[in-house]
Amino acid sequence: MTSIRLNGEQRELTAGATVVAAVALLDVTPDTRGVAVAVDREVVPRGSWDATVLAEGAEVEVVMAIQGG
Amino acid sequence: MSTLDHDPTHSPAPPGVAPPHAPPPASGSTRDPLVIAGRAFGSRLLLGTGGFQSLEAMADAIRVSGSELVTVALRRVDPAARGSIMDVIVNAGVDVLPNTAGCYTARDAITTAQLAREAFETNWVKLEVIGDDRTLLPDAPELLDAAERLVDDGFVVLPYTTDDPILARRLEDVGCAAVMPLGSPIGSGMGINNPYNIAIIRERTDLPVILDAGIGTASEAAFAMELGCDAVLCASAISRAHDPNAMARAIRGAVEAGRLARSAGRIPRRLHAEASTPDAGMPDFGRGDG
Repeated sequence: MTSIRLNGEQRELTAGATVVAAVALLDVTPDTRGVAVAVDREVVPRGSWDATVLAEGAEVEVVMAIQGG
Repeated sequence: MSTLDHDPTHSPAPPGVAPPHAPPPASGSTRDPLVIAGRAFGSRLLLGTGGFQSLEAMADAIRVSGSELVTVALRRVDPAARGSIMDVIVNAGVDVLPNTAGCYTARDAITTAQLAREAFETNWVKLEVIGDDRTLLPDAPELLDAAERLVDDGFVVLPYTTDDPILARRLEDVGCAAVMPLGSPIGSGMGINNPYNIAIIRERTDLPVILDAGIGTASEAAFAMELGCDAVLCASAISRAHDPNAMARAIRGAVEAGRLARSAGRIPRRLHAEASTPDAGMPDFGRGDG
């Protein structure tokens, strides 16, 4: 198992899981428009989600647009 | 000397603004576009989407305001709410301007801008780096640092800044596409606290000047335009008005009126009266008994 923090919450993924598996916990898929992902502060382009394996302790932030500004 | 000096609404028209007595521009039409980084907008009113009671209210205000560029913020995904605001904006046919609201450091603002670029496929960013949560005033050193690094990373940077003309110049020097000075603190509705500084910013930069914060009602939006601003951004003034659609309409008209008044060239202020009716030909009624 791999422990990560996903939008601030501790989550467990199977070892070798990628960004795709993490965002799925938030009902996000690579086809979801208007979202973006950073892992340990680095933006991961959506085309690379399935190739980006999450390390133990990875900080994953998944963001979307809200009203503001 | 009967005219009052230092009237901030009466400075010479800067480059990009028609001089007094030029034919008035048809404000709000593409004949007098707002141009930012080579992109032309017919509307000089930018709409902030924060504070609306519902997405429906926001959609109505976008339509009524005539705005073509609206801001959004980025926050953690809420699976229940995902996507809807972007659907509204796409359906409205307007451009999105992501902001970095809530960022206190250049580092966080840069990451947020990079996430926005990925999420919305735009390299435009309204850069906000604030100093504390009570004033929401910009943190000048962090702002300038973030602006420079984002420009270097290929962003079109529109920084929310103070009304300091020197900071505006520094932001221009590092390659920002516009400057967005505040009139007064965000959401305060206090209007334009230092019109002299806004006028100096207008005078000293060739960049578009977008009055960004503090507008509370239509007259203040008109004043911003009379000071020579190229555009006004309103959020709370519209979204938190009792009737947002009526206020959107009012501020839209005010922005157009202020733009026109600026190019029309106002009369100077005078301490004493100056008759508009000539004395010549005044009849002499003599001395009557009554």
